[in-house]
Formats: sequence, C-alpha cells, structure tokens
Amino acid sequence: MSTFLLIVVTGLGLGALYFLAASGLSLIYGLMGVLNFAHGAFMTAGAYAAWVTMTRLPSSMGVGLRLLVAVVVALLVGAIVGVVVEVVLIRPLYRHHIQQVLVTVGLSLAAVAAVQGIWGADPRAVARPEVMTGTVGLLGARIPVDRFVYLAVALALFGGLLALLRYTRLGLVIRAGVENRTMVEALGIDVQRTFTIVFGLGGAVAALAGVLFSQYAGSVSPGQGGSLLIYAFIVVVIGGMGSLTGTAVAAFAVGLVQQLANYYAVSGVGDLSVVLLLALVLLARPSSLKGATA
Amino acid sequence: MTRPTPATLLRVGLPLLLLAVLAYLPYVPASIPGLLPGRINGPGSMQLLATCLVFAGFALSYDVLFGRTGLLSFGHALFVAAGSYLLTVSLSTWSLPLPVAILAALGGTTMLALVVGGVALRVGGIAFAMVTLAFAQAASIIVLRDPGGVTGGEEGKALNRDAVPSILVGVQNAPYRYWLALAFVTVAFVLVRLLVRSRAGHAMAAVRENEGRAAVLGLTTYRVKLLAIVVGSFLGGLGGVVHALVLGGSSPSLTSAEFTLSLLVMVVLGGAGSTWGAVLGGFLYHYADARLVEAGGSGVFDVLPDTLRAVLSQPLFILGAFFVVVVYFAPSGLTGLGGRLIRKTGAS
Repeated sequence: MSTFLLIVVTGLGLGALYFLAASGLSLIYGLMGVLNFAHGAFMTAGAYAAWVTMTRLPSSMGVGLRLLVAVVVALLVGAIVGVVVEVVLIRPLYRHHIQQVLVTVGLSLAAVAAVQGIWGADPRAVARPEVMTGTVGLLGARIPVDRFVYLAVALALFGGLLALLRYTRLGLVIRAGVENRTMVEALGIDVQRTFTIVFGLGGAVAALAGVLFSQYAGSVSPGQGGSLLIYAFIVVVIGGMGSLTGTAVAAFAVGLVQQLANYYAVSGVGDLSVVLLLALVLLARPSSLKGATA
Repeated sequence: MTRPTPATLLRVGLPLLLLAVLAYLPYVPASIPGLLPGRINGPGSMQLLATCLVFAGFALSYDVLFGRTGLLSFGHALFVAAGSYLLTVSLSTWSLPLPVAILAALGGTTMLALVVGGVALRVGGIAFAMVTLAFAQAASIIVLRDPGGVTGGEEGKALNRDAVPSILVGVQNAPYRYWLALAFVTVAFVLVRLLVRSRAGHAMAAVRENEGRAAVLGLTTYRVKLLAIVVGSFLGGLGGVVHALVLGGSSPSLTSAEFTLSLLVMVVLGGAGSTWGAVLGGFLYHYADARLVEAGGSGVFDVLPDTLRAVLSQPLFILGAFFVVVVYFAPSGLTGLGGRLIRKTGAS
C-alpha cells in the first residue's frame, strides 16, 4: 500500500511537471495555431538561466533562497525569450502555419546546439534545497516533498490561468480569439499584441517547467527540454489541442500511467504505455482531437 | 522551356550524365583540398560521399510525404531505423541469409508503416505531426532499452560481417559501398519520379494543394495519404538497410527526434516537392554536418571570442540558423532559389 501511494504521488508530481510543460504549448496552439517546437528550447533556457544564477550567487545565501531568485530570473528569461521569438520569428509568418513550425524547429535545433557548445553536452548537477530533498510520512509511506511542491505549483498555475481566462479582459480576448480570431480583429481588438503576451506567458511557464524539471532530475542538460517536450506534445494531443482543463486531466493521466506501468510492469514500459494511451485515444475519439488543417 | 525536345533531353540527359560522373568518381585519384578528406577515391572521401548519398535518399523518401503529399510527419525516422535495425538484428540474432534479411527488413517496415500510418492519419494537420513524433519516440525508447539484448542499446548494433558479401566489408572496399549508396539513390530517384507522374502521384498533389477539394472530387484522401506514408516508408526502410550496410551497423541516433527533424530540414533546405531539391538537401546537409565538425576543430574560428567559437563549432547550430534563414528568404529551398536565378538571367 505504501509503495502504491508513493508511486501514485510520484505519478501526480510528474503529471504536474507535464502540465507545466504542456499548458503554455496548449495555450499558444489554441490561440495562434502555432505548434511551438521551440518550447523545449524555452524550457532549456529557463533551466540553464536558473542553474547559472544559482552558481553565480554567493554560497552564503541558503540554497532555497538562491533557488527562489533563480526561479524569478528564469521566469524573466523565459518571458523575454518568448516575446522575442514571437516578435522576430513568428509574427512575419502570420498564418503560414507550416513555416512557423519549420522556424521553431530550426530554432530548437540551433538553441540546443548553442547550449551544448557553451556549457557542454554533459549533465550539470543542480543544487537542491532541503525542502525539495526531504521526505514526509503519509499513511505509512515516506514520500519526497518535492512531488507536493510540483503539484502545488501546477495547481496554482492551473487556477491562475483559469482565472486569467475567465475574469480578465486579456482572458476574454484570448478566449474569443481561440473561438474566432477574424471576428475579434473585426471588432477592433489588437490580437497581435495578445499573441505577444501569450507567447511571453508561455515562455515564462515553460521556463518554470524547465527549472522544476531540473530539480526533479537533479541536473541540467541540453536535451532535457526536448525530451520533456515530447511528453508535453502527447499531453496536448490527448487533452484535446488547446483546452486547458483537458491538458490538465491528460497531464495527470499520463504521469500516473507512466509511473504505474514502470513499476508494476518492466521499467520502460511506462514510456511506451503513454504512446499506447495516445493511440487508443486517437482510435476511440479522433473527432474531438481534430487538429487545424494547416 | 517552351520547346519540348531540348527540355526532354535536359530532363533525361542531365541526370544520366550526373550519374555517369558520380559512378566514375572511384577512379579519380585527384584530391580537392578543403572539400574532401584526402583523394576523391580514397576510403575517407568514398565513405563520406556514400553516406551523403544515403542521406540524399532519406530526404527523397521523406519528400514523398512532406513535399508531395503535404503530410508534416515527425515520425519518418522510425521507418529508417526500422529498416536498419531489422536488417542488423535479422542477420545476427536470427542468423537469416542476407537476401531474406533484406526482405524481412523491407516487409517489416512496410507493415509498420501501414499500422502507424493507419492510426496517425485519424488526425490531421498539426496533431498528425505530434502523433507521428510520439510513435517515433516510442521506437527510440524501445531501441535504447535494449529488450533481450537485441538492439544493443546506446552502443548500437554492429553488422554481422560474416553474413555480408566480402566486397562490402573493410576499408579498401569503400568504393563498393559508395556504388551501393549511388544505386540506392538512383532507385529512389526513379521510383519517386515515376510515382509523381502516375495517377497516385497526381492524387497526392491534389491532397497537398487542397485536401477538402480532393475529397469532394471523389478521392479517398485517407487512402492517398496512407499510400504516401507506405511508399515513403518503404524507401526510407530501404535507405535504412543501405545505411546499415554502408556504415556497418545500426546506431540509435537513427531513432532520435533530432534525426527526424533533420529530415525535415534537409527537404526544406533543398526545396520541398522537388526531386532534385530533396537529393541536394540531403546530400548537402550530411556533408555540412560532417565537414563543419572538422572546420570547428581545425582552428578556423580561433580568432573569435570563446563563447562564440564554442557555439559555432556546433554544426547543428549553423545548420539550424541557416535553416531559419532559408525558411524566411528562400521558401522554395536552394533549388527554387537556383531556378529563380536561372530564369532571371534567361529573361534579361
């Protein structure tokens, strides 16, 4: 029972990370129809920004405090990268969806290579504060605290994004834009600016996901963002392309399935069962998942 | 190209001439300093050119999906890897003779394409891209986990040398492997040309241009797209087989997401939907990838600051950045750019 509980909580924690990685992707896709391959690069940028900040800050500061500062820096870096990418690379290719995908593909390849050139291909260890490394007893199981941290951050983000979408003017424009972009433009609202904001937001969330994932893995490496991105893609497709609630449900389902299958079957089956889950969802309910015919 | 006779001559004669020149290269002892390592017919150059040709064939196979049918697939590496691994595994683990192993590799890849394509085509557009990526990732995981010691994990799987004709093995036989690669590209080139001019090829073009309209006109677009995936995967699997023979084994890098993305880069660099474009893109991509590493190590960039040098020594950085530039300024790729220049000079 205690093992089961540990695995479930770990699965939920992993699902929380997947949600962090996928929510920005889903938001950008839903509003702009852009499949952002550079999202992995945003995550890598955030993770490395945090890692560099933590190593540069004086070690007299506590690890937890350094991590907090690093998270803030990573959020800023992610937002700036997102905004710059949108303005410089995505905006000129407005409505050319395939070209937008191609540009983000090129960007992701170049960014990973650049990171690899500067900091090397090997994983670098990141310092983890005691809060993240400790365990807590729950119904007889010793559960690492960091799982709950990821869960809390993901739930806070989910709530925050929902509130943003429901109760603010920006959220109203985003929701309307997802529904019918041309109509929103015809009503005299600057959708362009909303795109930039959403990209910045997506970049910041991706950076946060990158930092937390590097905490989960205990290290940063150039390919980390890319491997997380693939699960984020799966989550976005299962969740219904552009729906935030769907993304959240799919993220936790994927995390749970992966962890349970990895433990109760052979290690590695979990990753495959996620792809199997995707295939099953596609076969069972393809109509709810129809992507834009770009 | 208004008069048909010279145009036909050009269309048939030029590829034949190029093929003759390429087939003669192993007899040319000259060396081109800077461009190729050592003499042209030396083993280093031969091996490099052979690999470049195999990549040209990979790009041709992917262009059947992306350039001809408009399917943005991120899973094409899966079929290349399937061809390569099915060959090496059936040669060493199952001890099949070479012809049977090749048939098994091609048959297995085609079946895989039917199943994966059949599932993935249930969604369209961007979702299709994501789903194919997921399938390719699953293959990558299987290969790296090394079930039963069959795939060799991160080490890759070496070709069983005893099962292969001796002229394909060893450093001094590099020219034979080069000819094998050349034969593969030629076969792929001819097949793609024939396909494009057939009824099925026209149907693919119709689906690419406007899928809704093609459906209204009575085409079963699902079947057309599945056919494109199967044909492209068959050629990709054949490429995987040749790749394994030329390089003496299968490597897990063939299953990586990076390789899948690089296929897309090759086709777009050369010019999507153009046979020459794909050939040129695949060839140049691998050539640049292989040669830029040496340029990075040779001290060309030594005058630059450390960080910039470290970044520029990564071939993928240069290729990725160049790719972005091409998407912006030469959307029809290098061949499209060349064609435009020729037309411009012809007009003036």
